[in-house]
This record gives sequence, C-alpha cells and structure tokens, in this order.
Amino acid sequence: MTTPVPGPATDPDSAAASQAEISDEIASIAKEYVAAGVVEISPRHDYPPYRSSILRHPTKAPQQVDPEGIELWAPVFGQLDVDPLESDLTIQHRGEPVGERMIVTGRVTDGEGRPVRRQLVEIWQANAGGRYIHQRDQHPAALDPNFTGMGRCLTDDDGHYRFTTIKPGPYPWKNHHNAWRPAHIHFSLFGTEFTQRLITQMYFPGDPLFALDPIYQSIVDQDARDRLVATYDHDVTTHEWSTGYRWDIVLTGSHRTVFEEDEQ
Amino acid sequence: MTAPGIEQTPTPGQTIGPFFGFALPYDGGGELVPPTRPDAIRFHGRVLDGAGVPVPDALVELRQTAPDGSVPRAAGSLQRDGYTFTGWGRAATDRTGHFQFSTLRPGGGSPFFALAVFARGLTDRLFTRAYLPGAAPAQWPSLEAAADDRGFVFDIRLQGEAETVFLSYR
Repeated sequence: MTTPVPGPATDPDSAAASQAEISDEIASIAKEYVAAGVVEISPRHDYPPYRSSILRHPTKAPQQVDPEGIELWAPVFGQLDVDPLESDLTIQHRGEPVGERMIVTGRVTDGEGRPVRRQLVEIWQANAGGRYIHQRDQHPAALDPNFTGMGRCLTDDDGHYRFTTIKPGPYPWKNHHNAWRPAHIHFSLFGTEFTQRLITQMYFPGDPLFALDPIYQSIVDQDARDRLVATYDHDVTTHEWSTGYRWDIVLTGSHRTVFEEDEQ
Repeated sequence: MTAPGIEQTPTPGQTIGPFFGFALPYDGGGELVPPTRPDAIRFHGRVLDGAGVPVPDALVELRQTAPDGSVPRAAGSLQRDGYTFTGWGRAATDRTGHFQFSTLRPGGGSPFFALAVFARGLTDRLFTRAYLPGAAPAQWPSLEAAADDRGFVFDIRLQGEAETVFLSYR
C-alpha cells in the first residue's frame, strides 16, 4: 500500500476533481472488485474517490480478537433516557416542518435473526431542502425553523423502531466539483454487545445520485449497497397523512448465548 | 421477516459524516461520573490523521468495567443522575482533536477501555482497546494508555507509522 502524500487532493474542501474523474475512479475500483471475485460486505476504509478518507483510513489490517468481558455487553438505555416524543421529528417546534411527511420503520436484528429489544436507535438528517441545522453546513438552502432533524427511540420487544419525519433532500458537498449526496438519513444503532455498534446511512429507492456518490460506492458490492436502501411500503403509508418506508437493519452476530441473556 | 438461527448478512456501515455534532453528542456524554468526585479519573487523548493532523470531527465512544471488575448494566447514560455508573460514554473531539472522559478506573483481570471511533472521512467504525499501564497483552504494547496526573492518556492514530492497532471481533 502506498503512503498518500498530503496535498490539495486530500483537502476535503478543495473540490479539485470533476465528477467525470471521480466516476472514472469509482468505475475502475468496481471493475477490479468484480474481477477479484471475493465478496466484500463492508465499506472499504481505503476508498480514494472519497477524498477525506485518504488520510483517515488505517493501512494495516485489523487484529482479529475474541471479544472479552465488557465487549460482550452493550450499554443499556431505558425509559429515562429517551422520551417517546423524540421519535417524531415533526413535532419538535411550534409549526409543521416543510416537506414530505414520512414514516420510517423497520426491525433491528442480530446476525442470527434475533430481535434487538429495547435498544437505542438515533437518527439525524438534512431538511427537505437538503440543509442541516449544523453550523458547518453552509449550503445556501433555507433552514426550516420547524425542523431540527434529530430523533431517538427505543426498539420494542420485537426489535421494531419507528420514526415520523420529513423526507430529506439531496445536498451538495465539497468532495469534488458539483458533488451531490443522495438523500439519506443517518442511523446509529446498538446491539446487545459492544461489538455490534453500527453507524450507517439509509437511502431511498431509485436515487439518481447513487452511481455518482463515493460514500455510497465505498461499499463496492452491489448487494451490500442495496442493504442500505429502504423500500416504499404502502402499508406503512397512512391515509391523508404521510408516506411510509420500511428498512430493516441486521447487526453482526452476537457472541453471548441466549442462556446468558436470559440470566439478566 | 427472517427466522432466528439463520445467519444474516449484516447491514454495512457508512461514515458518520461531518454533521453529527447537533445530533449525537449530548450534555454529560463524556462524564460517566462527575469530574468533581474524589475517585474520578480522566481518560483522554487526541484523534490524529495520517499526517499527524488532529481530527476535529471525530466521535469516540467508551465502554468499561466498574472498578470492581463488574460489567455495568444500568440504564441512564443519556440522562445521567450523577450517581449511577453506566460504564458507557460518548465524547466528540474538539477543535484540537482532543476528547476526554471523566470516569472511574476500570477493574478486572486485564482492565481496558473498549473504544469505538467514528469520523468524517472514516467509512466505517473502528474498534480498539486502551489497556491500563502494564495490562496490555505482549503483542500489543502500543495499546497501553499512559498514566498522567489525573488518569490516563491514549492517542488514536488513524494512519501512519504509529498507527493505532485496531481490532476486528471474531
């Protein structure tokens, strides 16, 4: 592996490359991946088309270890931690936010298909115009005084989560010239063990920006990428109120036996 | 819907991105115990990139045993009451790439702080351990935190010659 040289190419805000150059890099990595014929289910840490990854990815393979003691136990969150109202991102201010109201729901399971019960799910997102409330976001789209874009909930006894929110818009960023992120919602998840911690992004079906986006494409396997795309579900959609999307999340396998869990 | 017992392929991770600051960090996130408590220690360090430049937009999460070596399984990390030790905390790095936790000394056989690291530019989370001085296994001397006047210091180097040893769980 070569050591990257710091310079303009690694300045996340330099926006030096064109979309065509980025797309060429994405295509050539995809071609090598298919030729190698080894399935990869996680994003690559080393993915140069995503410029700010260049100096922020480890160059050595991780050390394989058996989880020990504390790593076998996720933090516990309870009713005190999360107000049930926090799962509705449309009621955090005095008025209705602008945009398409939608419900996002799904189930969190572990690698063996067991539900992750009563565990914390956190989301954050841009508003309908593609603007984050975060100060660093200087994209000149309107802030919505009625939308913050952050929510939390606990999964139910069968691992289900449910949020009411607004469909986020796509937004420009400075990875390269005319770079746009596909619309997405950030998700933060815990399992039953520390080892299962996951932060990821949920996307919407058929987004025309998928092929152009080096963050989405940092997962080089198409089937793996598809796992981040929600499904429109008319049974979740409600009459004269909101559209509905379904997205299930699978965490890595757990190491503790069910017996140990029952001992709680 | 999938039946229990059948192995499922995990959902891939994605970068935490640049805009988590208004959503994930929260008041008291890094204070597992109040810093004024007599037995409170500080666990802190910096997150650095491959050029040695501090990473101001990283998030570090910590999980640890209690001083007696037990695994804390109490709720309340998001709404701390000042007395319950949950053994979990979350701290974003500041402008200088520095993160800090106010906590208790972990106990047990080979005590360590289990860490999960996220950052803009980091496509997926990283795991590592910061062992107390003298507790690291022989093959990972670099995974030892250093003692300082109020606790322990441990820098996380995402890349480079002194790159942190990151872990992958079997």
